[in-house]
Amino acid sequence: MDVSIRSVSKEFDGYPALHDVSLDIRSGELIALLGPSGSGKTTLLRLIAGLERPTAGAIFFGDEDASHRTVQERNVGFVFQHYALFRHMTVAENIGFGLKVRPAANRPSKREIRRRASELLDLVQLSGLEDRYPSQLSGGQRQRVALARALAIEPRVLLLDEPFGALDAQVRRELRRWLREIHDRTGHTTVFVTHDQEEALELADRVVVMSRGRIEQVGSADDVYDRPNSPFVFGFIGDSSVLPVRVENGKLWLQDRFIGIEVRDVPDGPASLYFRPHDVELLDGGGGCIAGTVTASRRVAGTRRVELEVGGARERVEIELPVDHPEAANSRISFRPRRWKLFPASGGTAALSATDDGSAGKADEAELMLAASL
Amino acid sequence: MTTLVAAQGWHFRKPSVIPGFGLTLGFTVAYLTLIILIPLSGVAWRSMELGWAEFWAIATDERTVRALRISFGASLIAAMVNVVFGTLVAWVLVRYRFPGRRIVDAAVDLPFALPTAVAGISLASIYAPNGWVGQLLAPLGIKVAFTPLGIVIALIFIGLPFVVRTVQPLLEDMDREVEEAAATLGASRFQTICRVILPGIAPAVLTGFALAFARAVGEYGSVIFIAGNIPYVSEIAPLLIVIRLEEFNYAGATAIAAIMLVISFAMLFAINLIQAWSRRRFGYVG
Ligand SMILES: Nc1ncnc2c1ncn2[C@@H]1O[C@H](COP(=O)(O)OP(=O)(O)OP(=O)(O)O)[C@@H](O)[C@H]1O
Ligand SMILES: [Mg+2]
Repeated sequence: MDVSIRSVSKEFDGYPALHDVSLDIRSGELIALLGPSGSGKTTLLRLIAGLERPTAGAIFFGDEDASHRTVQERNVGFVFQHYALFRHMTVAENIGFGLKVRPAANRPSKREIRRRASELLDLVQLSGLEDRYPSQLSGGQRQRVALARALAIEPRVLLLDEPFGALDAQVRRELRRWLREIHDRTGHTTVFVTHDQEEALELADRVVVMSRGRIEQVGSADDVYDRPNSPFVFGFIGDSSVLPVRVENGKLWLQDRFIGIEVRDVPDGPASLYFRPHDVELLDGGGGCIAGTVTASRRVAGTRRVELEVGGARERVEIELPVDHPEAANSRISFRPRRWKLFPASGGTAALSATDDGSAGKADEAELMLAASL
Repeated sequence: MTTLVAAQGWHFRKPSVIPGFGLTLGFTVAYLTLIILIPLSGVAWRSMELGWAEFWAIATDERTVRALRISFGASLIAAMVNVVFGTLVAWVLVRYRFPGRRIVDAAVDLPFALPTAVAGISLASIYAPNGWVGQLLAPLGIKVAFTPLGIVIALIFIGLPFVVRTVQPLLEDMDREVEEAAATLGASRFQTICRVILPGIAPAVLTGFALAFARAVGEYGSVIFIAGNIPYVSEIAPLLIVIRLEEFNYAGATAIAAIMLVISFAMLFAINLIQAWSRRRFGYVG
């Protein structure tokens, strides 16, 4: 089922939680809503489910305007962060609930309901637990039951609000893989909310990055990671470092120093240079690079993360080096981002500019030199 | 009441890691013995002095039987009424925000706080044939004061807070998401209430029922004013005990007391069993 969200806004007592959000979800797609706390992810999900009504705009299920349909009529599967299982019902009764409350005309027989419940329990790998009560299950098992319960009604759309938020890291990873499998097997159009970017990037076909009630970017994991279209997305997805720079005649300057990056078609003026800490090349100093004094150096898993103070204004940036890199011990390091993105300093997202094409040739050269010196 | 349930499985619970188990248990047992067990065994002891035949004669005496029936019958009806309306009041207090909610919330506790005699006198004067409410009911042929109906009303009055105050916290704890989950699964509002909310709070309702019932059986002060105390008709068992005491018939009084004790104990025991069962099932009690 295609779901189309058209210019939806939502206010709570005058507080705008969503501003003019539009999103097209294709049938069978697995979509992640990703954003910091309070960005409106849950609100958007609840609007799709019909648990809230939009202040403005409409939501279409296929060609049908669902805006005036009640929750019950929308036939969506909703999985809550805290499971929301019925604690006085067994696992099988929980799963069968949605079928049992159907009007008599299209309610399956008791045996059929029971059979469906067992089948779904097989799907969520909990066979044999039909007669347990929710209080007798672990958190991960409860969430699987909640998912089975949502799937039982053959929903047109499956919505999950931080389904793994209350579980520990290992169970999360396991359930994540498993959710992907179930999705691939059942083919439901699925939207899930998370504030864990790893989860979103790994699991989803497309990621919707939200911030302060707006959609910042929609795209594949590669899109949002490699081609972020706003400073917010760049800063939110993955690690990033920022430096305030100045554009003059297509050259980037950090105060009075040319940093060896040239851009085309960018108006002169202040700008912010974004890059990934691990995506830098070390240089020998001299002109055309960013030089800084090491203020801290930390070992993070397989790499060493170095904090530098750069320039007269003592801007702090982080870069990542291989653990055994000889330069890491120096007190002064010169580097240049290999890939980077420039945003106008005003912070506006509209006039974003340039990628790394300009310095690509040089970067390759430097990489070779680096490799040779190792 | 929970002490019974605590002895789950009928074996002595292993001391926990929290220190002071021996001391606190010893204190609890000594305290309960002093406050509850000794007076209760006194009742049993005094009534045994009677001998079986005499005890049986008192127990099956028409006036005793009637009084017991009125006491337990009225208490049962009052507790059942309270379960329905107390749950409703709790629901309204928890779920709706309206002006004056805090006042209503505080008013629920009035029957707790009011001296029972005051409650009895005001109820009697309101429901008397020439009282505010009695006046309106009289033309309809309904007599409240000085009939068993009056007793039920007094018992409803004093039992209400027990149900409200046990159900309220559970309703407050109840996750809105559970109701929303039911709605997304296609359940109508009515189905959600009947199949999800009510079963969810059933253990608390049961506890409230037990408390209201127990309180009603022992109630004296608020009842005797409105009951009219007509022997065989509107005389409650506690009053009969007082009457026997005033006749210096201590054995007769304790015999009635012993019978009340046994019936009350049996009922509370049954309720406890149901609670223990529901706890095993759902892993919680109200
Ligand atoms: N029922 C409500 N009444 C008033 N304000 C609300 C309500 N629900 C959400 N909001 C507000 O709307 C904004 C978006 O909330 P929402 O729950 O959608 O955030 P979220 O992205 O899901 O955050 P989180 O990751 O913390 O769950 C928040 O600022 C929140 O305070
Ligand atoms: Mg949320």
